[in-house]
Amino acid sequence: MKLFIKNGHLIDPAASENTGMNVLIEDGKVAAWIKPNDDQPGDCEVFDAAGLLVAPGFIDMHVHLREPGQEHKETIASGCAAAVAGGWTSVCPMPNTHPVNDNAAITRYMIEQAERAGLANVFPIGAITKSSDGSELAEMGEMKAAGAVAVSDDGRPVPNAGIMRRAMQYARDFDLPVIDHCEDKSLSSGGVMHEGKISLLLGLKGMPALAEDIDAVRDIILAKETGSHIHIAHVSTKGAIEAVRRAKSEGINVTCEVTPHHFTLTDKIVEGYDTNTKMAPPLRGEEHLEAIIEGIKDGTIDAIATDHAPHHADEKALEYDRAPFGITGLETAIGLACNELVHKGVIDLVRLVELCSSNPAKIFNLTGRGTLAPGSIADVTIIDPELDWTYTNAESRSKSRNSPFDGWNFRGAAVTTIVGGKIVYKR
Amino acid sequence: MEKPFRRRDLLGIRGLTAAEITGILDTAETFSEISTREVKKVPALRGKTIINLFFESSTRTRTSFELAAKRLSADAVNISVSSSSLSKGETLLDTALNLDAMAPDCIVVRHGSAGVPHQLAKVSKAAIVNAGDGANEHPTQALLDAMTIREHKKHIDGLEIAIVGDILHSRVARSNIHLLTKMGAKVRVAGPGTLVPTDFAHLVENGLTVCPHIEDAIDGADVVMILRIQRERQDSAYFPTLREYSIHYGLTNERLDLAKKTPSSCTPAR
Repeated sequence: MKLFIKNGHLIDPAASENTGMNVLIEDGKVAAWIKPNDDQPGDCEVFDAAGLLVAPGFIDMHVHLREPGQEHKETIASGCAAAVAGGWTSVCPMPNTHPVNDNAAITRYMIEQAERAGLANVFPIGAITKSSDGSELAEMGEMKAAGAVAVSDDGRPVPNAGIMRRAMQYARDFDLPVIDHCEDKSLSSGGVMHEGKISLLLGLKGMPALAEDIDAVRDIILAKETGSHIHIAHVSTKGAIEAVRRAKSEGINVTCEVTPHHFTLTDKIVEGYDTNTKMAPPLRGEEHLEAIIEGIKDGTIDAIATDHAPHHADEKALEYDRAPFGITGLETAIGLACNELVHKGVIDLVRLVELCSSNPAKIFNLTGRGTLAPGSIADVTIIDPELDWTYTNAESRSKSRNSPFDGWNFRGAAVTTIVGGKIVYKR
Repeated sequence: MEKPFRRRDLLGIRGLTAAEITGILDTAETFSEISTREVKKVPALRGKTIINLFFESSTRTRTSFELAAKRLSADAVNISVSSSSLSKGETLLDTALNLDAMAPDCIVVRHGSAGVPHQLAKVSKAAIVNAGDGANEHPTQALLDAMTIREHKKHIDGLEIAIVGDILHSRVARSNIHLLTKMGAKVRVAGPGTLVPTDFAHLVENGLTVCPHIEDAIDGADVVMILRIQRERQDSAYFPTLREYSIHYGLTNERLDLAKKTPSSCTPAR
């Protein structure tokens, strides 16, 4: 089976390519690049990508697929359906499943469920500590052998610096990046939104920015000392971004990601008490949004990740204080990146591909992905950066409907998603 | 006469204009005399159904709402939900839609979580009146305080008003700050740094000062409002002991002497 993608605009930052190259796919791999005026190879299916961006498959470094354990919110199959509809060819689920993905059996199960669904690739993230309870290290080596690409205790960040230090020393032996959801809970516990003028105005308990800053700085100091790779999840504060910028300039092995909602919204949207504006880290104030945009522009921020966090409608139909944290994000990410970053001139399309594909592949050591160089795996995201469309929760492929972007208009969307040479989504 | 208040709901003071506030106070004054009559009833709300939906315990506020409804001839139903709706497996939305299906004209709601009246207003056909939501607002208490101030001082604009105590957790403080500054008063707040965040100064555009000491707030004030310590809303210690609090932040006679000659002191219910 051959697939020939022609007339498109190929952007492959890892191969320094930004041209009108045609791509020939054969047996799930990129067979060759063919110049626009060269002969079309015979005996192949042709995909006309005229006017479209052809990019190496987008990799979402941070999702919650809820399986095993909370299949009423999402399954690996429904999550992968939402992923490919949003242009993501690979997703990396966090370990906060029930039970926690802290061992090779669960890691393997997640990968097998993804294979059964046959849509997106799933690269699980294993737990740092058993049950993510912050005390004993989980079997990282075994999980890595089973297919885990990183370790994290995500929403239950390791509070004990001594254990975090040991985790980083140990993960280094297996070449596993350690991902931290930076939140010092002694400062933020009980909070439901960003602490600032708006939280005072609304009478909601705040989560101060410094809870993230302090943990990020701690992790950077530990990364410097251990020589391990620390990846800061969903960075949302000016202080944390400045700390990462400084650390990078000192040569410390630190990377970070940002979510589309954090580069789009501020805490102002919490007025009205819609529980689909509640997530952790919370939507921050204007100065933090500006710092995020600056970090995306200057390269401090390495990746865009959705932190797709589905919750059942009944769970979100509660008091703001009691509703769970998190929003869905797989299907709105490219639309938001185009609206807020590309069309506003913050970044160009090359940088977009870097943030969503080549950098995530590099950070998680996903060989053969994040590029379309001949020989690599044929995961392709095809984007129409000019397509006008409207997102509605009702049409979402996720099992859950908890997005604050219901009814938003976007310019720019994934129109076709190819995984392992197979077209798995077509708009 | 044109109706001064055209909104369906009363969710807070923050969204109201000074004219709307004055309109409510003027209307309320004409009704206050009813409570002094032999027959304490007028037909203003005859045929209307009001549900007093209290998720938090309350004596004064709930009784006030119930008596007000009865004296205006409305049919009032009181519901006290002591345990949370979730413990019965019901969401807030379920509860609201169920009550709304019984076609009340108005739901008066008190809840320990900020924003519940706003959430109900979005799904309910009935008018929603906020009787206190978490640490957000308590608009009717502020309106009552404003009536008291008008009674004693004849006007609100130009007054210097001190609010002291647990500002952080107080919905009464928020509603009063909005109301009094909208009406042209100057408000000073004071209390321990843990309970009066400095960001509070930016809560409203003008007219609000955060004072470092309680004495600064009271000095020369026309009205002093004391907020009680909201122990039930404090998840950890914001000051060492009540003893130390009363020494440094309590309203003593010496401190009250700093205020203007005939100060009014209100102690809001909650």
